[in-house]
Amino acid sequence: MAFGAFAGTATTVEPAVRRRSPIALFLLLPGILYLGLFFIAPLFSLVLTSVQAPSEFGDIGVYETAFRWENYTTVLGTYWPHIVRSFGYAAVATLVALLFSFPIAYFIGVTLRRFPLVQALALTLVIAPFFISFLLRTLAWKQLLSDESDFVSFLNTLQLLPEGAHVTGTAFSVIFGLTYNFIPFMTLPIYTSLEKLDLRYVEAGGDLYASPASTFFRVTVPLAAPGIVSGMLLTFIPAAGDYINASRDFLGSTETAMIGNVIEANFLVLQNYPAAAALSLILMAAILILVSIYVKRSGTDDLI
Amino acid sequence: MTQLGRFLGKYAIWIYSVLAFTFLLIPIVYTIIFSFNDSRRSNIVWRGFTLDNWTKVCESQGVCEAFGNSIFVGLTATLLSTVLGTMIAIALVRYRFPFRNATTLLLFLPMATPEVVLGAGLAAEFLTAGVPKSALTVILAHTMFCISFVVVTVRARVASLDPALEEAGRDLYASPSQVFARITFPLLLPGIIAAALLAFALSFDDFIITNFNSGAFVTFPKYVYTAAARGIPAEANVIASAVFFIALIFVIVSQLTAAAKRKRLAASP
Repeated sequence: MAFGAFAGTATTVEPAVRRRSPIALFLLLPGILYLGLFFIAPLFSLVLTSVQAPSEFGDIGVYETAFRWENYTTVLGTYWPHIVRSFGYAAVATLVALLFSFPIAYFIGVTLRRFPLVQALALTLVIAPFFISFLLRTLAWKQLLSDESDFVSFLNTLQLLPEGAHVTGTAFSVIFGLTYNFIPFMTLPIYTSLEKLDLRYVEAGGDLYASPASTFFRVTVPLAAPGIVSGMLLTFIPAAGDYINASRDFLGSTETAMIGNVIEANFLVLQNYPAAAALSLILMAAILILVSIYVKRSGTDDLI
Repeated sequence: MTQLGRFLGKYAIWIYSVLAFTFLLIPIVYTIIFSFNDSRRSNIVWRGFTLDNWTKVCESQGVCEAFGNSIFVGLTATLLSTVLGTMIAIALVRYRFPFRNATTLLLFLPMATPEVVLGAGLAAEFLTAGVPKSALTVILAHTMFCISFVVVTVRARVASLDPALEEAGRDLYASPSQVFARITFPLLLPGIIAAALLAFALSFDDFIITNFNSGAFVTFPKYVYTAAARGIPAEANVIASAVFFIALIFVIVSQLTAAAKRKRLAASP
């Protein structure tokens, strides 16, 4: 239930016996056809586009069907730093978000148990960033971290920043933005796991002379594992493909461009559709491989 | 652990959480404050308090139009994805059918695929098929990525539905359509509403997929993105702040109602 944990928990009842019926087909077919048309078919379009060759007349944005598989080696050769950077930034952002979120999730799910109304209010505060435009809250950070901001002048007064250094446009600000924007995705699933945590297990750890630290790592964390796994997936996947935070107009600069920025630029600006398509498929394949290894190792196979 | 250690240990998490919540709210408060900024062109430096941005919000070129477009796309995509997703959720819980694993995989994959891949894929498809980018292509794209989230949300509700209630209906000679309309659907409704709200929120705030498939059609996030290079007008902050307050009131009211309901249930014997 990795992703189910995000949507909320189901109370268990005696399940209905699953029947065979033509109604199932009627219920499934429209949605499945829709996904076939607008999810599967686009992936095939990407495959076809990724191996196209430039038109022989050399027109910009015009390509013809070919099987130029070397498009893949070309984009890998050109853009491998962006790919490495994307996964690096996303990994750091995911870890920071985990460290940041776990105590809040524990606070809401366990500490606030006795105060249901405060608990509900605290949960609302965690999801509050969702209610304000993703782009505007990223721009707000850009202003707050800009060279003219009070925060940066304060750092400069204390001489904590090297001469001529900036906060925005750096790897730090991009990772900061990614972390901030995906914190709710990390906090909510961990909260869902911890909310069900039976405190008697934690007490049992203490009764058996485990130190608070070993009780935490050997009882609390394993019981929260499903939430941690889904939180990490829900943070890592969108962070690796994001191109808002790393964009020049937001928290990044040309030196922080991630694979998403490269795909956007190639598709929408340079009209180099084959390169954009090949990079998209490389990104998707890399994420699916990483996710399946991670899910297998963490032992949560039942994803949906 | 000593008495003092326990005391500090107990309150450390309160102190940390209050600081963490404050941190989470910083950009929201910033956005709201700057919706009252008496700015001319770029809304970066504070120039004094004014209500003009709120009272004349639609005078800034394009903001209200973009907002209206986002509402229109959001409502249409929500309707489509909620209907399709609810049907799938019921089938998944209640029926046996071939290719069940393939179906769950098909529903999971769109959530595990980065948005930039979904956006580029659709754009490549529309390009190959010669479909011009417009409101329609944006709605088709949004409906696609909302379906899986609707399925996950409604599925939890279907799974928690006690089949004995429907059986009771059948025992009392209700026809299958009556059972659905009078028992199943009303019981699923809270889940369906939650799914629809989630779908609307996802669609309303989506930028990445929209950017690949909208062409000249401007949604609110796209307006902000385009304006970011030359400075966002304060009117965009007004719209975002208004949406924020509406959503906040919505959530608080629904949580208070749920709390009152739990209390009522707990009070009844």
